[in-house]
Amino acid sequence: MGVTLKPPLSEEDTRALSAGDQVLITGTIYTARDAAHSRLAALIERGEELPVELAGQIIYYVGPTPASPGRAVGSAGPTTSSRMDAYTAAILSRGVRALIGKGERSPEVAAAIRECGAVYLAAVGGAGALLAERVTAAEAVVYPELGPEAVYRFDVVKFPAIVIIDAHGGDLYRSGRERYRR
Amino acid sequence: MKEVSAAAVTDMVAKLYQEANFSLPADVVAALKAALAAEESPQGRAVLETLLENSHIAGRNRVPLCQDTGLAVVFIELGRDVHIGGGPLDAAVDAGVARAQREGYLRASMVAGPCFRRQNTGDNTPAVLHLDLVEGDAVRITVLPKGAGSENMSRLAMLKPADGVPGLIDFAVDTVSRAGASPCPPIFLGIGVGGTMDRAAVLSKKAMLRQAKEANPDPALAGLEQQILDRVNDLGIGPGGFGGRVTCLGVALEEEPCHIASLPVAVGIQCNSARRASGSI
Repeated sequence: MGVTLKPPLSEEDTRALSAGDQVLITGTIYTARDAAHSRLAALIERGEELPVELAGQIIYYVGPTPASPGRAVGSAGPTTSSRMDAYTAAILSRGVRALIGKGERSPEVAAAIRECGAVYLAAVGGAGALLAERVTAAEAVVYPELGPEAVYRFDVVKFPAIVIIDAHGGDLYRSGRERYRR
Repeated sequence: MKEVSAAAVTDMVAKLYQEANFSLPADVVAALKAALAAEESPQGRAVLETLLENSHIAGRNRVPLCQDTGLAVVFIELGRDVHIGGGPLDAAVDAGVARAQREGYLRASMVAGPCFRRQNTGDNTPAVLHLDLVEGDAVRITVLPKGAGSENMSRLAMLKPADGVPGLIDFAVDTVSRAGASPCPPIFLGIGVGGTMDRAAVLSKKAMLRQAKEANPDPALAGLEQQILDRVNDLGIGPGGFGGRVTCLGVALEEEPCHIASLPVAVGIQCNSARRASGSI
């Protein structure tokens, strides 16, 4: 069950997805949260090279717990995406194809996602132990001094997520809520 | 006078803070199972199943339930006939939180100088300590690891007495409606009414310590809790925010006297990872 995504992704890959689709990601994804976004967006604003190639990639908003001995990563569920809204249009301008987090996005982010033909995915918030089992390797690749806020490369196998905002105006948070409102 | 060492307080806090992060309280697991039986939305049911499986995996792998292992909110009921020896109580609590962070591989999520520096303190301290003096010679400690995802969606209003209960209900429902999917639904609500601005907020945290299915002993307040729960679940946000019948697993409301001119209302949101643990010395 679910659509398999193997990054790097093309615009065609992400335009084929619709709000409500279950996806399973296998391959490499990159983590970033507040501090890393702030630094990456500043580089983009100055038109500089990024320390990591993001074209076609998936960014996961997560600040994992430290890995205990013998584990690739600690607990690793999604953090609240709206804190990254201010930086997201810049990040998408460098060809990022998908974002994983949880919670609603601003209208500006939804518009940028549609324009770029990208996609916003949610992982289940509060399921950090389960999601960590799908991460087979983790390495801090940029800004390691930021600790849990560093950019990590995660190797993931069948990492589960659901499409929230698609490239065609679909938004599962809106439509799901409308369906069950009384 | 009973003598309790600061080291015993540190040991207890370190143990409870780890226990809370690796296993959900039994009443929260029961509430998630009841929600699974009640939820109509297939995507909502899938989220609830994921959360129950997550709780199992966290215990088995000894990996925290959630990567946000919380700001350490610690409640201590200190018996009047107890003397804490060997160091200050707040330092003993912080030492326990720091040890839990180190031993349990929990996340250090605290920054000092929030206005400018925002420098990580490195050991998840300081805790937010609420101390109550009670009768007896026991020290009862409760830890509530509080994640920021839900905390950031909590709100407080200084309502007018004329706003009354309808105003209070509207404010609570509006708080959840605005929060949407961000605080990791299905959520719990801890609502503090009365006191001053600060007291209402503390009451809302204390309300979160109540067992999931336990109603306020005052029938009128129990009815108010039920009314808020029904209105919130009518929002349709559902588990994960993907749409569904179960947005909230329980509402606990506590009240205290307040000024004739005031109606303070603090609506605290707790996420589905509603972690807490208690112990006594």
